[in-house]
Amino acid sequence: MSTTHRSAGYAFGFLDDRAKKELRRSMLKAVCLPGYQVPYASREMPIARGFGTGGLQLTLALIGPTDTVKVIDQGADESVNAVNLRQFVELTCPGTRTTPHAGEATLIQTRHRIPERPLRADQILVLQVPYPDPLVVVEPSEERRKTMHGEGDYARLWVKLYEDMVHFDEITISHRYPTRIAGHYVIDPSPIPRWDVPKLHQAECLYLFGAGREKKIYAVPPHTDAVPLTFDDVAFRVEDFTDPATGRRFACARCGATDSFLDELIGEDGRRTHQCSDAGHCLERLNAQSAAQDTREAA
Amino acid sequence: MGYVAIKGGETAIREAARVLEFLRAQGGGAPLAVDAVRDQLHFLTGRVIGEGGLYDPDLAALALKQAAGDTLEAAFFLRAFRSTRARLAVTDAHDGGGMRLVRRISSAFKEIPGGQMLGPTPDYLQRLFRFEQLAEGREAFQALAREWLHDLPSPDLPDSFPKVVDALRAEGLLPAPPDAAAPAFDITRDPLVFPVSRSAALATMSRAETGSMLAIAYSNMRGYGDVHPTVAELRVGYVPLMLPHPLTGEPVEAGEVLVTECEVVAMYTPTEEPGAKPVFSLGYGACFGHNEVKAISMAILDRSLQKGMAGTPDNPSEDPEFVLLHIDGVDSMGFCTHYKMPHYVTFQSDMDRLRATRARQTGQPHQAVPAEQPISGGQA
Repeated sequence: MSTTHRSAGYAFGFLDDRAKKELRRSMLKAVCLPGYQVPYASREMPIARGFGTGGLQLTLALIGPTDTVKVIDQGADESVNAVNLRQFVELTCPGTRTTPHAGEATLIQTRHRIPERPLRADQILVLQVPYPDPLVVVEPSEERRKTMHGEGDYARLWVKLYEDMVHFDEITISHRYPTRIAGHYVIDPSPIPRWDVPKLHQAECLYLFGAGREKKIYAVPPHTDAVPLTFDDVAFRVEDFTDPATGRRFACARCGATDSFLDELIGEDGRRTHQCSDAGHCLERLNAQSAAQDTREAA
Repeated sequence: MGYVAIKGGETAIREAARVLEFLRAQGGGAPLAVDAVRDQLHFLTGRVIGEGGLYDPDLAALALKQAAGDTLEAAFFLRAFRSTRARLAVTDAHDGGGMRLVRRISSAFKEIPGGQMLGPTPDYLQRLFRFEQLAEGREAFQALAREWLHDLPSPDLPDSFPKVVDALRAEGLLPAPPDAAAPAFDITRDPLVFPVSRSAALATMSRAETGSMLAIAYSNMRGYGDVHPTVAELRVGYVPLMLPHPLTGEPVEAGEVLVTECEVVAMYTPTEEPGAKPVFSLGYGACFGHNEVKAISMAILDRSLQKGMAGTPDNPSEDPEFVLLHIDGVDSMGFCTHYKMPHYVTFQSDMDRLRATRARQTGQPHQAVPAEQPISGGQA
């Protein structure tokens, strides 16, 4: 993708050095206290609050001229918000590269998805977070939530899960599933589907979470336990894409994958098809298939 | 031949910006001059500099022009610009008593030292249309200002007036002013961690969105709270901006800013200390620009938050977390508009939960919708 852009007269990375320093210190603190929500002075960005300013500030504080950045929104690089954030990074960080390929990126900023391809130790994944605190569903006061986190008091969260079982025979939390980090703090892993939660556990890469509007930063460092809250007799389950008609898993209509998180698409005729939610991953599979085809034809 | 990622979003963004520009340019009117917005829509620019937290009437007017009059968007422009500017200096606390007044009233006293001064206010206007303004000629428009300046009496007014609350203090009816020597809480550099200081609360309210503050203050006025305020003094005027000199450190006047300030007196509460005489309580509000609704709302909320900070809040308007975390226009507007962005992934996950729950309750297998079945086929 394009590498040359005018810098628009702003500092490299838009933020001033003091803001970046504060962000980096907060990130270090977050890494030292896995899952702990570090308050920070979230800066005003020219992107609206709630559109990923928390993630953007982390990305801008981390990025250097040798970095390659990937921006994901809903799994895709081409969705409007991802395009807009990527353009902003290109505009204010001249010299950096952008890519749709998760394998090429050193820094990945994402909303709602973790790439299907496992990430490496030299990569950092920055998640945009709307609600940093998993306790907000049971306790509206931040002051009281802070005490509960400090005391490891997640009783009311457990009660919420239990009540779900009583009412519905199912835990109804779909995305943002509460996950205990390194045996203490429970985090809201940002609105990722349950499908992505196991990727946080004992990962190779560093996961950073930035909530711009709520002014919190937290982290799941590499090789750290990340365990979704579940009862002994109720297993944690990821989203199910089994076709009830055939008993087999739906396949991506583009690349044929049967091992990825799928978007459900409804056609003009009302019929539904499925496609990989991770557009970059799907594209790589298509290209690999196409290259194999070319090799066969050449042979 | 490899596949290339579709870049539909990029074109869509560019075209959306173009059509927005078209809306501004259509209709054949003259382009808005920034100084005309600044001067003729001064309440609007005043509101935007207050909510944007940056005193720059010219940029506020430009922001309003770019945002086509959307105040939340305009304040957002100022905030985003402001965060790129260096922090050069911090002023000492300013005394509103030194304000060069354009308006000051008291609802508590008929006679106040220095007298009431109505100044520019729409309060007593009959809201009748003046249809001649539909097509206002440049000449007639400019004559308005010339005429007013011509009739101006010789300026024998003093530069400033004593504060009404000082008289109440002298009588011992109000508590002593809080210590202004403590450094002010800087909401642009420190996050709010509750419990917060009053300084942090005042700063947050000072750049809050007018309508949000009015709504919560109004709930207090209507009975979800009991401030029962009396406006001791409401002032609009220019406060000298005193900055420390870069060499000597001595305060030097670097200009002045238009400010609205309001002090409300509220009923006294039982005294904690035995033997102490009861005193009125005070609520304080101040913001950039001429914005009286905001200053009064802020003064009421300052007073109600003091109650909440001292004990258990009984009403939302007394709860610092509730008030301070919900009144910022730029924050709340951004989050509200974010719901327009795609939520395919989380909604997919929601559907999975609903289907799983329904399957459990009806004994049907999970994932109840086969691929081949049209949606219109009537799902059980």
